[in-house]
Amino acid sequence: MVISLLIASLSLFLAGSFLLLFLPGKYRAVRVIGPATTLSGSVSGIIASVFSFISGPVESTGFALSTPSGSFALGIDFLSALFAIPVLVISSLCAIYGIGYLKPFEESGKDTARFWSFFNLLSGSMLLVTVSRNALLFLLGWEVMAVSSFFLVMFEAGKESVRKAGWTYLVATHLGTACLLVLFSMLSSGGSMNFSDLALPDGTAFGAGVAFVLAMTGFGAKAGFVPLHVWLPEAHPSAPSNVSAVMSGVMIKTGIYGILRFLLFLGFPPAWWGWVILLTGILSGIAGVLFALAQHDIKRLLAYSSVENIGIIAIGLGLGFLGVSYRIPAMAYLGFVGAILHTLNHSVFKSLLFMGAGSVVRETGCKQLDRLGGLMKRMPSTGISFLTGSAAISGFPPLNGFISELIIYLAAFSGLTAGTGASSSAALAGLLAAGSLALTGGLALACFTRAFGIVFLGEPRSSCAENARETAGSMRFSMWFLSAACIVLGLAGPVLLEFLWPAAGFLCHGFGYYPEGVSSPLFKNTLEMVTLVSASLILGTAVLFRAKTILLSRRRVTAAPTWDCGYSSPVPSMQYTASSFAEPVIRLFGKSLGTRQSFREPGGLFPGKSSFSSETPDMYREKLYRPVFERMERLFSSLRMIQHGRVNLYILYIVAALFSLLVWKLG
Amino acid sequence: MTAYIDIILVGLILSNFILLGSSRLGNCIRIAAWQGIMVGLLPMATAEAGFSFRIAALGSAVIVLKGFVFPKLLSRALRESDTSREVQPFIGYTASLIAGVLALSASFWLDGRLNLPIHSASAIVVPVSLSLMFTGLFLVVARRMAITQVIGYLVLENGIYALGLAIVRDLPFLVELGVLMDVFVAVFVMGIAIYRINREFDHIDSHRLAKLKG
Amino acid sequence: MSAEGLLLLLSGFLLSPLLQGVINRTKAVFAGRKGSPLLQQYRDMAKLLRKGAVFSTTTTGIFRIAPSAVLVLVAAAYTLLAPSTVESGWGFPGDLILFVYCLGLARFLTVTAALDTGSSFEGMGASREVLYSALAEPALIIGLAVLARVSGEMSFSGVFHGLGDSEWLSAGTALAIVVVSFLIVMLAENSRIPFDDPNTHLELTMVHEVMVLDCSGPDFALITYGASLKLWLFASLMVNLAISPLGLSGYAQVAGFLGGMLFAGILVGTIESVTARLSLLKTPGLLTGAGALAVLAFILAARYLQ
Repeated sequence: MVISLLIASLSLFLAGSFLLLFLPGKYRAVRVIGPATTLSGSVSGIIASVFSFISGPVESTGFALSTPSGSFALGIDFLSALFAIPVLVISSLCAIYGIGYLKPFEESGKDTARFWSFFNLLSGSMLLVTVSRNALLFLLGWEVMAVSSFFLVMFEAGKESVRKAGWTYLVATHLGTACLLVLFSMLSSGGSMNFSDLALPDGTAFGAGVAFVLAMTGFGAKAGFVPLHVWLPEAHPSAPSNVSAVMSGVMIKTGIYGILRFLLFLGFPPAWWGWVILLTGILSGIAGVLFALAQHDIKRLLAYSSVENIGIIAIGLGLGFLGVSYRIPAMAYLGFVGAILHTLNHSVFKSLLFMGAGSVVRETGCKQLDRLGGLMKRMPSTGISFLTGSAAISGFPPLNGFISELIIYLAAFSGLTAGTGASSSAALAGLLAAGSLALTGGLALACFTRAFGIVFLGEPRSSCAENARETAGSMRFSMWFLSAACIVLGLAGPVLLEFLWPAAGFLCHGFGYYPEGVSSPLFKNTLEMVTLVSASLILGTAVLFRAKTILLSRRRVTAAPTWDCGYSSPVPSMQYTASSFAEPVIRLFGKSLGTRQSFREPGGLFPGKSSFSSETPDMYREKLYRPVFERMERLFSSLRMIQHGRVNLYILYIVAALFSLLVWKLG
Repeated sequence: MTAYIDIILVGLILSNFILLGSSRLGNCIRIAAWQGIMVGLLPMATAEAGFSFRIAALGSAVIVLKGFVFPKLLSRALRESDTSREVQPFIGYTASLIAGVLALSASFWLDGRLNLPIHSASAIVVPVSLSLMFTGLFLVVARRMAITQVIGYLVLENGIYALGLAIVRDLPFLVELGVLMDVFVAVFVMGIAIYRINREFDHIDSHRLAKLKG
Repeated sequence: MSAEGLLLLLSGFLLSPLLQGVINRTKAVFAGRKGSPLLQQYRDMAKLLRKGAVFSTTTTGIFRIAPSAVLVLVAAAYTLLAPSTVESGWGFPGDLILFVYCLGLARFLTVTAALDTGSSFEGMGASREVLYSALAEPALIIGLAVLARVSGEMSFSGVFHGLGDSEWLSAGTALAIVVVSFLIVMLAENSRIPFDDPNTHLELTMVHEVMVLDCSGPDFALITYGASLKLWLFASLMVNLAISPLGLSGYAQVAGFLGGMLFAGILVGTIESVTARLSLLKTPGLLTGAGALAVLAFILAARYLQ
């Protein structure tokens, strides 16, 4: 029953995609068919996942495909369901958002039928990735996911920057897939590629280590670990905003899913795996948020912030793996629960933020932070949703970001206070995790007060911000839904812990670790108290605010321009800009950021025009990838002399190859 | 007695941090003087065989030399060299501080691996001496002014002395005096050399002196 | 909750403006002035509550809600901390984190309200504030991690009840270093010298004072009270840790705590009088120093506990 629902869902996505591929020019119908397909596919998939929670994991026997060792085997267990549900929910919400978002594109004559076709294909392939039980089927879904998202990124291929971004994305994702191919061939040397048969051939530590590195590189390129992240800040800003929301919210999480699923085949993890994941997470978190602080484009800022949150998820995973290796039950369980919960939470608030950014860009027409401002009064629903998303991503109570970060902190502190065995290494891991979480949290606060404050507060800094109006209803609906989800999830801490605890148990048992005393969730009392405190915070603020309003109602309240310590005629351009807000932090971390500033000073007796600009190119791309690729290009262009265009020499090549084959075979 | 040793050792670590983070040459010389006094108190605090006259004499000699004579020589060189009073580092102060923390962690980790047979009551003598050595070397490498490099060398000597105290059972009188003489000559020579370099070239910036290579 | 716990809790809410008075009086003694009365802060708040308000036309609802929300958050954080030294069951494992994040949300709202006014001064204070807090928060959490490691507990009451004679005997230097680190964090988070001058309203020194330039009337009263409560909160964290080796309990603990707070006020006043404000380029270095001290304490504690 569950499997048939899954197959129905996948077929709906596929059918809708093919239908839309051949439907040109009928805009009205396209606007309905596209989202409707996504919604119906998602609903069917969500029902299947929910059933699997109630009734337990389901696997299908699968029937063979025509490719060697490929079979159409599907299955849902805890891990798949937990990753499939956000995929489907966010895709549906972004589809609803797209109804309103694509209207200006339709009016300017762009081909939205193709957009919806690829969108459905993307959602279907992501679902396939999470529920497939055969490595070849998994790869098929992975590739379709990459290609369909490539076409979606290239939606506005008229712009040079979009084309370059799409190219970078395609290359990066295929480099990752190459690693995955090697990994799968290693794991399936027994012949079959079904998940139930995948294992290491001889089970040596070296083989497991190589497999681990391949998995981390291949899946990490999709997830966005530093330094494999360089495609993220190119691709996500270039795509239309609902596609960015899907990509940032759920597509990069398939990388995390892949890591978890494929490391389960490798047996008990040695401690160095956990350390690699933890240190990668720390590096990604800090580098991601620093680069986000230096950006001027609102969507690039959100893309780097995704890198930061993937880092936080990796910190949680690292703590979980270390808990298993060092046999500390609380650290293992809490690390895994925190990581998976942060995955869910991040898909909620990152999609929300991208949707908000999308409506800002759509209404004002500019993406630069320094040209916006004062949008809260002109677009109140977008503003409040963006505020909720910003507070959630910075991890504050009573919203959902705090719950997942708290659980990861609890894992870190469990490592700190564990009194047994390898306690000093676990304590060091806990200290590093807690310290870097605090640092990324503080920098994320800086980043998102900047993003929200400069865009929505103050006075408009340019005419495009002055003339903005509120966005379309469908877009507002999705944003309200996600904002409400942030608040509800933030208050539902104990329920979430209870819900995700078996998933952590599943992972630990999969690694071969069967600890005692963890049948019921630890620290449930903590989360209940957090809910209590969060609710009382909201209540207390409301009461105090009401009291103050009543007090003020009997006094004289006037309105005036901002006093600002006595400035007589303030002008919007005198406000703090985004670059000035981030300048102290950027100056402090200057060496790790490589920000370039160009300043033309006002010179002469009567000061004339002067200009200042700063840009922060991605340091990893400039210092690491660009030199390598340029060197490779030089190397390969020297090989170009084989391609000289003379036909007789080409025929000579063919003859020589045939002759050598004959000699080899007969000799 | 353990508590006194530990307080002195933690004081040495804190003086390392302050040296790494301070930008004024006068302050650096003063901190190096305090470090010298603390290192001189170490034998009197670590002595297991009781408080003998020899230990007291040696300790006081070290305190006088490292706490008063050397700083006075260095201040005189500083005063007469007429240069800027700022340290002028290659690596910034905050980055130096972080490097100091990393060096401290590395020293503790090394100590865990080395497991030296120590004859001291405190558990942290070896890591602290290692971190003194690392800090001294870092100051020599990462600072521009010649005087700070001399201070780095002094800190390195402090570290070696502290390590020697911990490892060797009785104070090896001759070796110890040899080390002190070595340091004295070095500072004396460096003091004279700095004075003369400054007289010739009007500065004591070792980075600019690199132009002298043929 | 016992009477002593209630007493500790109420002392914060009632006496925190008095702490400001003690600090100001200490500074006046150093400067040879008579100084303002000890109860001046109470009079200022009462005066502000009687006034009307002026709201800037640029501001939105955030500016109006922020002062109330900030006070509630600081009060909640204080409630988590205050009775924990005398109540052994107060709080829950992990309330250390909720404490830090409530203060973080308060900071988020203050910064957002400052940006809401659309003024360049307030934007400047906001940008400095986020830098300082980005550096001070890790130092605070690492310090709390050291306490958790030494005492083996994850809640405030667990930590303070777990830090007895044996812990101080074995890891005393580490804990003393944590006290110094908390002192530096307290000075940074409450905008005291050497990070910021709470007296001046000059552009060069303002971090916290400038973010509330446009608040008026009862809002400003809420903010001033919230600021003094936050100072009391950080000071009580430091004092609770510093007097834990004495092993007091019950009313003796309350008396020791109040004495410690008085001493802390005099200490802050002394530091403010004898130190100069650090240049803006050097303050991140000092905050990194606080973090380095906390890491040093962790390394020492790890070594001593082996």
